[in-house]
Amino acid sequence: MNEQSHPAPASNVSLERRAWNIRRKALLMGEVQGQGYIGQALGIADVLAASYFHAMTHRPADPEWEGRDRFLLSIGHYAIALYAVLMEAGILPEEELETYGMDDSRMPMSGMASYTPGMEITGGSLGHGLGIAVGMAMGLKRKNSDAFVYNLMSDGELGEGSTWEAAMSASHHKLNNLICLVDFNDQQADGKSTEMLSAEPVVPKFEAFGWHAQRVNGNDLAAVVAAFDAARAVTDDRPRVIVFDTTMCKGVPFLEQRDITHFVRVEADEWSKALAVLEEGKPA
Amino acid sequence: MTHNSHARRYEPRKVTPKEDRVATSAMIASLAAEGYDTEAAPFGNALVELAKTRPEIVGLSADLAKYTDLHIFANAMPDRFYQMGMAEQVLVSAAAGLAREGFIPFATTYAVFASRRAYDFIAMAIAEENLPVKIVCALPGLTTGYGPSHQATEDLAIFRGLPNMTIIDPCDAVDIRQMVPVLADHNGPVYSRLLRGKVPAVLNRYKPDYQFTLGKAQMIREGRDVLMITSGFMTMRALDAAERLAKDGVDVAVLHNPTIKPLDRETILAEARLGGRLVVTAENHTVVGGLGEAVATTLLTNGVTPTFRMIGLPDEFLEAGALPTLHDMYGISVDGIVRQIKGWV
Repeated sequence: MNEQSHPAPASNVSLERRAWNIRRKALLMGEVQGQGYIGQALGIADVLAASYFHAMTHRPADPEWEGRDRFLLSIGHYAIALYAVLMEAGILPEEELETYGMDDSRMPMSGMASYTPGMEITGGSLGHGLGIAVGMAMGLKRKNSDAFVYNLMSDGELGEGSTWEAAMSASHHKLNNLICLVDFNDQQADGKSTEMLSAEPVVPKFEAFGWHAQRVNGNDLAAVVAAFDAARAVTDDRPRVIVFDTTMCKGVPFLEQRDITHFVRVEADEWSKALAVLEEGKPA
Repeated sequence: MTHNSHARRYEPRKVTPKEDRVATSAMIASLAAEGYDTEAAPFGNALVELAKTRPEIVGLSADLAKYTDLHIFANAMPDRFYQMGMAEQVLVSAAAGLAREGFIPFATTYAVFASRRAYDFIAMAIAEENLPVKIVCALPGLTTGYGPSHQATEDLAIFRGLPNMTIIDPCDAVDIRQMVPVLADHNGPVYSRLLRGKVPAVLNRYKPDYQFTLGKAQMIREGRDVLMITSGFMTMRALDAAERLAKDGVDVAVLHNPTIKPLDRETILAEARLGGRLVVTAENHTVVGGLGEAVATTLLTNGVTPTFRMIGLPDEFLEAGALPTLHDMYGISVDGIVRQIKGWV
């Protein structure tokens, strides 16, 4: 049997429940710090659940296993979300959840490779991940590896010129082992991404750069899973991108409605309220 | 309204008589060095030789393989060479990715583009993670007459501020040929300046047993009156100047210091402590943030205070023109060194 066709560790936990667990862990970490990029974490939880529990080949006990699919977090401030999925996958111990962002923690506010098992790169200086992914995809091909490189980036990073250098490079070098995931939540530091420096239309842009491109609702798990399957199943030389339209703070309606969601302000008493709201929607 | 604070040079010029004309030094020209033997493309040839036994070595360039001598590697080992096109940010990011996957990438471009254009990517994708990427860059300092767009006069200053980065300013073909395997063996990032084309072989003439050693300054010529501490081709210029000054009774020692970082403080301090000598640094780089200031800091923080002078490029955007003219104008020619040292002793 091709290992790639059924990559994720067998489990009877539903992806819905995985995504819910990721959201809950992220909220618990936010509560520890009293702050955090919780809007992004809640928005991307479904994509992360599908990545780590459906699409990717990996061994939780051996995060540096040579055969693993690489997952690059270009958006370093999404670290809270990645820590949540790394705990959910058993790569990070859940007991460390309460160290998030504290001195001497393995889970700093912005993700760094040297701090955290399972964090492949130091992200955060935006527009870096895709270029590094290009080099890793080249390297994997040199080693005749079947592994994929996934690069999770934000819509804001589409404004960085380096992203498009890398995009052109990926198709020029026929890196069909590269899958780029774009979280299109239309929010960045100063407001709506499409009003800061619009990257639209995103899919035709990537297609013009020689990529296989899809765009789906990133909070519709069935659509997310189907998009991962389609991206992995492409048989030609093109690199692949999936643009996920997501809703910031997804799963906690009173936060979803806040105006500024890039660094969403959550009052001290609202963390428990948010957890309670989430609890109401707990899947089986 | 027009911005008008920048000095313009729009006045009409007289045409120089044909026999007196000196053409602008092109980007691709080899560095002229009268009286020395030359070696062709020492970097490219040494890399090919090393790569024969080191399968993890790969090469990348951003449309400047030919002008960094990496084309020799590309031609010899085409399946291990990546032409990244005119895209310096992905050049160094992809090199970081290849290093993550266990390869030792040698990435080449011009020094201006690596230091100015790709800096954030070198800092975060490579240096912060201490990856073994070797960034090797042509046109260091004032080695082209094309003006500031191509003159990397501050590259060493930029990279000196970057933790983990090893910085090399080789003198000649001997340094370049010998440093290639040493850089590959160093388990961390390196920024090295490069001389390409026909490169003079200098150090072995003065010191037949010379061997490039990472992090080590080496005395190439002894002298009682002046201690010159030099890097890059300024070591060659200093050695030539020392011959001239000897005829005027000034005995000049030349301490060649190709590793800008980490600096060989021990040797520099030991030589400067010998006393009685004027200490002069000479570098093909702005006097801001390069070898001179690194040496000055080392001396002062260790309580060693000889009379100290710096030879280097001024804190200015430099002019375009022919290199011999420019080197004279900015005091880094042999004449310029002799003139300055005579004024100090």
